[in-house]
Amino acid sequence: MEPILTINNLTKKFGYLTAVKDLSFTINKGNVYGILGPNGSGKSTTLGIVLNVVNKTEGNFHWFDGNTSTHDALKKVGAIIERPNFYPYMTAEQNLKLVCRIKGVSHSKINEKLEVVGLLDRKDHKFRTYSLGMKQRLAIASALLNDPEILILDEPTNGLDPQGIHQIRKIIKDIASTGTTILLASHLLDEVEKVCTHVVVLRKGEKLYSGRVDEMISSHGFFELKAEKHNELKTLLENHPSFGNIKVEDQLITAFLNEPMDATTFNTLMFEKGIVLSHLVKRKESLEEQFLQLTDNTET
Amino acid sequence: MLRLLQLELQKLLLNRASKVLIFISFILPFFIILLSSIRFNVFNYFTLEVGHYGVFNFPIVWHIMTFFASYFKLFFAIVVVSMIGNEYSNKTIKQNLIDGLSKKEFILSKFYTIIFFSALSTLLIFIICIITGLFYSSIDEAHLIFRETEFLLAYFIKLVGFFSLCLFLGVLVKRSAFALAFLFVLFLLEWIIYGVLAYNIDESTATKIQNFFPLKSIYKLIDQPFQRIAISKAPNGQDFLYDFGVHWYEFAIVIAWTALFIFLSYRLLKKRDL
Repeated sequence: MEPILTINNLTKKFGYLTAVKDLSFTINKGNVYGILGPNGSGKSTTLGIVLNVVNKTEGNFHWFDGNTSTHDALKKVGAIIERPNFYPYMTAEQNLKLVCRIKGVSHSKINEKLEVVGLLDRKDHKFRTYSLGMKQRLAIASALLNDPEILILDEPTNGLDPQGIHQIRKIIKDIASTGTTILLASHLLDEVEKVCTHVVVLRKGEKLYSGRVDEMISSHGFFELKAEKHNELKTLLENHPSFGNIKVEDQLITAFLNEPMDATTFNTLMFEKGIVLSHLVKRKESLEEQFLQLTDNTET
Repeated sequence: MLRLLQLELQKLLLNRASKVLIFISFILPFFIILLSSIRFNVFNYFTLEVGHYGVFNFPIVWHIMTFFASYFKLFFAIVVVSMIGNEYSNKTIKQNLIDGLSKKEFILSKFYTIIFFSALSTLLIFIICIITGLFYSSIDEAHLIFRETEFLLAYFIKLVGFFSLCLFLGVLVKRSAFALAFLFVLFLLEWIIYGVLAYNIDESTATKIQNFFPLKSIYKLIDQPFQRIAISKAPNGQDFLYDFGVHWYEFAIVIAWTALFIFLSYRLLKKRDL
């Protein structure tokens, strides 16, 4: 696979605070990546470093095959970070012309990209008259101007109303379906779950997980159980080799599977042991639960 | 280079405030000079004709014009600091870098713009001087006309130096208003240091040291021309009591400051996390 971005042992310190700690991962062409992490986990800092606006403290990164300088590589990248930043006194079209000039591409794509984000009819309006949703969509149009090899989006739906969020997500999905590599930083898990194939999970600047989304979720699932013979059930589960972690909340027992087992098999087993279940649900962790587990477990 | 200049010109010329300030700093002074060269008739009581004092004669016209026109540089100084201040307040500097402009190119685009407008201003003042000079003096020999045109070069270097200082202050404090305040503080500081030196050592040494300071060295390129007019009117006007020429070391000092300011602006931006 063709690497687009390689990060090796990247570290960033702001004074005493270590925002990014010894981070390594690779972005390959054609996948949709998510960077997940709670606020302040170093997502934006990491993106800032690879986008040439934040200086790294240690480590290194390179774009593509490593033979292009960062600012030249960025001409083949489309990126929007946090808030859309444009010149308020220029119209949408003038702003995009400026971006074309920086990236060294022709002006011919401006209308096409404005069409993609649905702003073509507002192109002659000044940027300062735009709503936040429109600003964000203009930012996406601007990031697409050079038909980038990779599109980097940092919290693209932050601060938008539900319609705005919906619009942006639809645009992202459309872009992803064209085969563009996307790197999406977010703390909104369903956003990542819906769009991304790969995910990097960060917490306090450290990488907790990196790999495919389905593998991250691919534990064998868990049973939620209730029974009259609560204690017997609990002992049985604790001694059964198929179960790992057992959690008890009120009368509800959550038993995590170490190996695959379907609900029928389990129910039969219980019946043989003489335990009648009053509640049996088999579930898989959502990305959210998985994420919370990952980010909580290492709290101490 | 052209790309960087175009970039910055687009940013400036689409902004109404910058457009007005550019007009005031470069176009207006020449109208004023042209107007002042016309005979004024003040309410029919008396006529005021600046040209009468010989200020529009070659070669003194080069000196007078560049001296007065350079005061209008203060208006463009506002443009220069806001050129940086706006990029910070709109956060467009961040976006520019992300779009693929390097930090070096960012500073260079500002510097090229400074050079562009300084050159434009120098060209305009050259044209005005030639027009008024030819109109008022009887000299028509080329070598006499172009005597002392080093004032034009001094004017150009002076503008570039001063705007580079503004650029540096803009990058340093990130906000236009503070940068201008800083400029004023620097001006006061230079005179305070001068005062301290003059008090502790002596005046002439203090002046010599002060001539190395950024603002003073920029000012020194074109000394004030009043003594010169006075002297030229005096009977024994050939004895120059006051050194108002343009000297190579004055150029050297200002060019050194310019290089330092641009370099420091770049270093500052490079070290900074945006």
